[in-house]
This record gives sequence, C-alpha cells and structure tokens, in this order.
Amino acid sequence: MQVDPRGPRFGAAVTTLVLATVLVTGSAWLLALQAIVFAFGAFGHPPYGLFFRKFVRPRLGPPQELEDARPPQFAQGVGILFAIVGLIGFSFGIIPLALGATAAALLAAFLNAAFDFCLGCEMYLLIRRLQPGRNYS
Amino acid sequence: MTGFVVLAVTLAAGTLAGFLLKARAGTFRGKDGAMDLGEPLGERATLVQFSSAFCQPCRATRRVLADVAAMVPGVRHVEIDAESRLDLVRAHDVMKTPTVFVLDRSGNIVKRASGQPRKADVIAALALAVDNPSQ
Repeated sequence: MQVDPRGPRFGAAVTTLVLATVLVTGSAWLLALQAIVFAFGAFGHPPYGLFFRKFVRPRLGPPQELEDARPPQFAQGVGILFAIVGLIGFSFGIIPLALGATAAALLAAFLNAAFDFCLGCEMYLLIRRLQPGRNYS
Repeated sequence: MTGFVVLAVTLAAGTLAGFLLKARAGTFRGKDGAMDLGEPLGERATLVQFSSAFCQPCRATRRVLADVAAMVPGVRHVEIDAESRLDLVRAHDVMKTPTVFVLDRSGNIVKRASGQPRKADVIAALALAVDNPSQ
C-alpha cells in the first residue's frame, strides 16, 4: 500500500506533542492513549493519519510522490514497545523507567517530524542482522 | 519538574542528532576490499544499492542510481534486497538501507555511502571507480 509521506510525518508531529505532554504532566493515561494510537498505526489504521486525510490533506494539494506504508507502520510497532515499557514504569512507580521510555519514543517522533528521519525504520535492518543468517532468494 | 528537564534534554539531543544525521546521510567515504556479488558487474563500474522493504529513501536512491547508470556507459546499477543477502550485509557492515557501494570493474569497493546520496556525489565517486588504477 502507498501513502502520502506527509501523513506519517503529521502523525509524528502530533505524537511529539502528546509525548511531550506525557513528560510534563506525568500522565500514564495519556501515554496509554498514545500506546493505543501506536497499535492502530502498526496495523495500518493510524488515527492521526485519518485526521490528516480528512482535514489536513484537502488543504495541501496532492503529494509529489507516494511512499510505501510499511516503514512507518513498522516504526509504529517499535513505538508500542517503548510505550509499554513506559506504562510498566508508571504502574510500578519506577519513574526513571517511565520517563526514559517516553523520552525515547519522543526522540523518535521528534526526529521524524522535524527531520523526516525514521528511527524505527533505521532499526529494522539492525534487528534483522541479529537474527540467524539465512539466504533466500 | 523532572519531566520538563527530560523534555528539554530530549528535544536538544534530538535537534543535535537530527542535524548530524542529515549532514552524514548519503556522503561517500573511501573504502577498501572487494565485494563478491554473484552477479555480473558493469563493464566499467557497478553501483550496488542495498535496499529493504522498510526503507523510505530507497526509491529515490534507486531513481538517482538508475539515472546515473543510464547516463554513463558501462555502468550497471544492481539493487540487492538486504534481507535476502544477510551474508553480504554482515560482511560489509551494512547497518541501514539504503547503503550504496561503488565498485570498479573488477569488483573492488571504491566508495560507500549510507543514506540517500546526491546525484553529483554519485557521479564524482563513479569517476574515481572508472579511473581506478588498481584494475
């Protein structure tokens, strides 16, 4: 599936704001909400993307080119992991863990929004490299 | 309060990392060694691109390299799915996609770049590969 690359980037900007708010308010509920958003994104239904398509894209005009939907989807999956670790931190009162994991997810979202750099996507090959070597062609 | 500090530090680190990553992406570095592709090489040089499905700039990179290969006679563009050639990925320390290698006519590595390279940089690296005296 192909998507407008500005959609995931818009989503990353909203994610940045949400995670920044989580850090400032220490709200585990907001982080839980973002974890659910990540989960929808990982399965190809990003809620912020829906908002982008309905309200933002009609004002922007068509994109210069489309991109594969899988890299941003994969990155949303990486986001879930960080959000879950953060939630574990909040629920057991391990605040450094909660803030650290939220900050890591925030860093990834911020790099995506501000620099168009997909940290989750970059991690894909590094993770794959660690798995047993197979050549299938 | 702690949250504010963590937020400020994260955004500062992100800004710094972002500029560094942008500056490094796609610049060619010198490299030694040879690559055994198991594929025919270009007559004069070969542009090897490692790609994966989870790669945003791979398509733009493909376009740049294909353009250059079409423009310079005797140059072949080979795109490799990193996941199906993890042997090459490990042997040549490919950490991300796209990674581009410029090989001379005998398969020696002349230059490599991680990230999407600019067309002018590809042409400059290619000039070195074509003139490489070690062939």
